[in-house]
Amino acid sequence: MPQEETPIAVDALLDLYRQLLLIRLAEERLANLFADGAVPGFIHLSIGQEAVPVGVISNLGAADTVASTHRGHGHALAKGLSLDGFYAELLGKDAGLCRGRGGSMHVADFSVGMLGANGIVAAGMSIALGSALAHKTLGRDAVAVVFFGDGALAEGLLHECLNMAKLMALPMLFVCENNGWSEFSPTDSQIAFTLEGLAEGHGVDYQGVDGGDVVTVAESARLAVDQVRRGEGPIVLECKTVRVRGHFEGDPQKYRTISDSELEAHDPLRIAADRLLAAGVKDEQLAALRAETLTSIDAAVQKASDGGPADFASALNDVYAA
Amino acid sequence: MPVTSFGKAINSALADAMEADTTVVAMGEDIGSAGGPFGVTRGLQQRFGEARVIDMPISEAAIAGAAAGAALSGLKPVFEIMFMDFTTLVMDAVVNQAAKAHFMFGGQRSVPMVLRTPHGGGLNAGPQHSQCLEAWFAHIPGLKVVCPADAPSAYGLMRSAIDDPNPVIFVENKRLYASKTEMPETPASVPIGKASIARAGSDVTVVAYGGVVAMALAAADALAATGVEVEVIDLRSLQPWDPDTVLASLRRTHRLVIAHEAVKAFGVGAEIAATMADLGFDELDAPIVRVGAAFMPVPFAKSLEPSYLPTAGDIEAAIQRTLEN
Repeated sequence: MPQEETPIAVDALLDLYRQLLLIRLAEERLANLFADGAVPGFIHLSIGQEAVPVGVISNLGAADTVASTHRGHGHALAKGLSLDGFYAELLGKDAGLCRGRGGSMHVADFSVGMLGANGIVAAGMSIALGSALAHKTLGRDAVAVVFFGDGALAEGLLHECLNMAKLMALPMLFVCENNGWSEFSPTDSQIAFTLEGLAEGHGVDYQGVDGGDVVTVAESARLAVDQVRRGEGPIVLECKTVRVRGHFEGDPQKYRTISDSELEAHDPLRIAADRLLAAGVKDEQLAALRAETLTSIDAAVQKASDGGPADFASALNDVYAA
Repeated sequence: MPVTSFGKAINSALADAMEADTTVVAMGEDIGSAGGPFGVTRGLQQRFGEARVIDMPISEAAIAGAAAGAALSGLKPVFEIMFMDFTTLVMDAVVNQAAKAHFMFGGQRSVPMVLRTPHGGGLNAGPQHSQCLEAWFAHIPGLKVVCPADAPSAYGLMRSAIDDPNPVIFVENKRLYASKTEMPETPASVPIGKASIARAGSDVTVVAYGGVVAMALAAADALAATGVEVEVIDLRSLQPWDPDTVLASLRRTHRLVIAHEAVKAFGVGAEIAATMADLGFDELDAPIVRVGAAFMPVPFAKSLEPSYLPTAGDIEAAIQRTLEN
């Protein structure tokens, strides 16, 4: 981590803020659609954690790839997947990015390097490992990033992938979104080690950052991505963050207490807005950005709602690639 | 025609595919300088380099997941799992990730990967180095499964498996590795999903695959001396399999035996029997009989394993049963 923060240009910060807003407002809309019964199944919201995908992915280009988790909307939106296709997917429509076959836990857009959310804890690690191997073998100037939660620290695949990424000096960044919860259990009741210690044991560089501040995340990720891109092997970036909603939407969270002031203190949107206001951006400008984002979400939801349902015959035809 | 071993045929198919397409890579434990535990990848690393014939640590889950991720990102990996018993460790990557990716991502990408793995007993390798688990994979929508019986099919199916845009489980019976067959100078691809008639006959159809095809042929030879003409179908592909060829044969013979080394319960033979009982009900002059291993873990001792494994004699007895009616 840099001791002295590099000043960030207001325009760049506004771009980050716009992404934070997009994820927050898109997920709040999803929560409403879920409550109304329009979005079926299970959804896992990343509200409170938005600074991690936004900060990390702000350092990635189109050729770079991202593998994600069951809590993957933020990674997908930050990587630039189509908002229309996103809502169409979650609403189970044929125009969905995955034609309504995957839903929330499988949103993917390969045209922007988003290799998919994933319903299996830690599975994205080996997918990203393979993607990094492909980048290296094919001589691409690209890196692969895996996002995973602290719950995944208990999975053996993390050890296998850290070892292999280090052994093969693969262009891979491991980003842990540490929200302190392994589904419904506090992670400190599940994990007997630290990620820093685990990384050190594998000879992999480690950085720990405040995952609530998008500027801090972006700056740490910039250094990490640059190092990975130079072919110096994998890095672990651990971002401390706060999961505001339950494990899944509808989880009453009886196992947990969290105060409003605690949430406010860690809210990535509030932190970024304070930075913008301090840099001279006006409240009205932030309000206008919010209105603009809501308008685009409204349009995407409307378009998705108007579309036809996912089609069984074409699904049956797509079990195998031709 | 030159004579080639089963193992060498797979080696040639890998080499020819890697020569033809620079995105084809081989991955696995000890496949590089060691040449693989059964020598199937011998010489490939020397020829194609460490970047394309990649030795990996004993991390089956990560190897399989990396193969899926690499296949989603532009490579065509062929990865080896040293014994089919160890595929228990790759199930998430193969079943939840690779098998479903094309479907669950709306057809955006396919997963052109091949999992090579040896199955089968007969080496006193015991309960965890001998199993035939192909039916598990054949049960999963999105996977293809092949199991060749001789060198030309091994070559041809491997070329097709590598060219296929879908994940293919390529099952190699380890007792076949040293078996030698005549093979053309320029061997052909063998289409996935198409059976072949290994021996024509008019009285009984025996469907087999992998190492059991040779046993079925031996049983057919033995019965020919008694005037019974057995038709032996080498299934070659298990998912998709070739019901047309089996049904056409059943229409000629009206009697059906299905033989494999895997245990019978919930196996490939059960699927074929059920399908033929449905499509071929009016053709059957006798019950469909299955031959498979005893329903137990594969035992180790020399006094146990031969009793566990199906034999040509078991197939002969099964054929005789269909002739009793």
